[in-house]
Amino acid sequence: MSLILSTRGLSKSFQGLRAVHEVDFDLPQHQVRALIGPNGAGKTTFVSMLIGRLAASAGRICFDGRDVTDMPAHARVALGMAYTFQITSVFARLSAHENVALAARRHLGADQDAVEAEVQEALGRTGLADRADALAQDLSYGHQRLLEIAMGLAQRPRLMILDEPTQGLAEGEIAAFKALIRDLARDTTILLIEHNMAVVMELADRITVLNFGEILAEGTPAEIHADARVQAAYLGSGGDD
Amino acid sequence: MSRIVALHLGLVALLLALNFLLPAYTHGNIARIMVLAVYAIGYNIAFGYTGLLSLGHAMFFAAGMYGTGLILRFSELSALPAWGVGLACGAGLALAVGLLALRTAGVAFMIVTLMFSQAVYLIILYFGAFTRGDEGFVIEAADRMIWGLDLGQPQVRYLAAWALFSVVLLISLRLVRRPAGRVFVAIRENELRARLLGYDTFRYKLLALVISGTISAASGGAYALLFGYAGASFATVQYSIFPLLWVLLGGAGTVLGPFLGTLFMFYLIDIASGLTEAYMLIAGLALIGLTLFAPQGIAGVIRARLWKDLP
Repeated sequence: MSLILSTRGLSKSFQGLRAVHEVDFDLPQHQVRALIGPNGAGKTTFVSMLIGRLAASAGRICFDGRDVTDMPAHARVALGMAYTFQITSVFARLSAHENVALAARRHLGADQDAVEAEVQEALGRTGLADRADALAQDLSYGHQRLLEIAMGLAQRPRLMILDEPTQGLAEGEIAAFKALIRDLARDTTILLIEHNMAVVMELADRITVLNFGEILAEGTPAEIHADARVQAAYLGSGGDD
Repeated sequence: MSRIVALHLGLVALLLALNFLLPAYTHGNIARIMVLAVYAIGYNIAFGYTGLLSLGHAMFFAAGMYGTGLILRFSELSALPAWGVGLACGAGLALAVGLLALRTAGVAFMIVTLMFSQAVYLIILYFGAFTRGDEGFVIEAADRMIWGLDLGQPQVRYLAAWALFSVVLLISLRLVRRPAGRVFVAIRENELRARLLGYDTFRYKLLALVISGTISAASGGAYALLFGYAGASFATVQYSIFPLLWVLLGGAGTVLGPFLGTLFMFYLIDIASGLTEAYMLIAGLALIGLTLFAPQGIAGVIRARLWKDLP
């Protein structure tokens, strides 16, 4: 199976603090990969380098066979990456519809009918169809999280990076989210940063564990679940889940 | 035709009708307000829609004014091509300034644009041999002709101002409802998010600034042609602050706001100066009141209270 994303020696230091250190990471197409690790393990720093929000201190990033290390974020998105924010970052004063339309228009251009169809589908799949006209800031927190995902869907990405998507969602919303990701996984590769272990175990094909900025373990959910080092890392940090 | 288009065409039609109805003094005022409102519309594209708070737009207004005026003074070109040169000056200046100033954001962008604008002002003074510095120069009546019509004649002047205003208003209305205009708003609201949706935000901001600068220059050039004068006072900081005030008063990020704000401020000063020497005091108090009670501006309040979809 061909790799959609790979990193070699990817590192990031903040004034001497090694947030991410020489990470070699491979993600095959059509996989749902979870990225877990204790708080401060470098997960968000790692994916921020993947999408281009942060410049890498060292190492290379390849997306779909192209070296994207020196590309600005918008160019990576144009190649088919999408990123949803850990801290909700929607356009608060615009309607939910317009938020998603902005995501769709970048690849669909001025074709209004196509954009409208894409927006309706993304809002429908995330269960937000009846909130289309509401301002994003007037949506509940859970709905704003779903709006983030709808914006991701409308970009039709080939790799979707979800940074703690279920944070702050209610139980019922999490169930709907899991169904959505399973549906999405049929045609998109997914990299999921997640704290909720139930979600990870259920959704992920494989799991990568980061600890102190390095890859601690990688394997199937069952293998990771049984890994003594992983358990030690979590217990050692006070237990995240 | 949607209600929104009807509203804007209604204003255009009303202003045309007023040409035949207004008494001479008001007729002249409205012509001037329409030309200045074009400047405000240009400013609004950068500030109101894209969130680029420039304190140096007088340089674009002056680029249009001097581009047009100096060509008329020193070449054989007629009014319309000279105005075209003024527009090109504004566009070129906006492109050059944008490439440099847009590397900064927020307060730094305000300062950099202010500095560039001061540089343009000082250049106008420095080349006083051509520009006649502070004094400025009069554009001769013979140069202010388009298709045999005398732009100095009140009817022609009003209709020329009306035509320019109408075209720019409708361009602005179309722009902000097009995908590019929506991206401008997205950048204003959350630039990082816009970038991570795949938009090259630097290029969009540059585009917004060039459109804004070109429209500002169109206003400056038209001012020179219609009122027959180019002077360095139009390049001062004051003329960078005016469009900011007009847009804030009328409603930043609304298509009609710039016109409403320009109209309001013009008459505020006009009426206040008829009452007292200290007319700026009255103007100042009115501005404070509006900022306190209607911070979104006139059209902003209409949008918030009455008409949610007003562009």
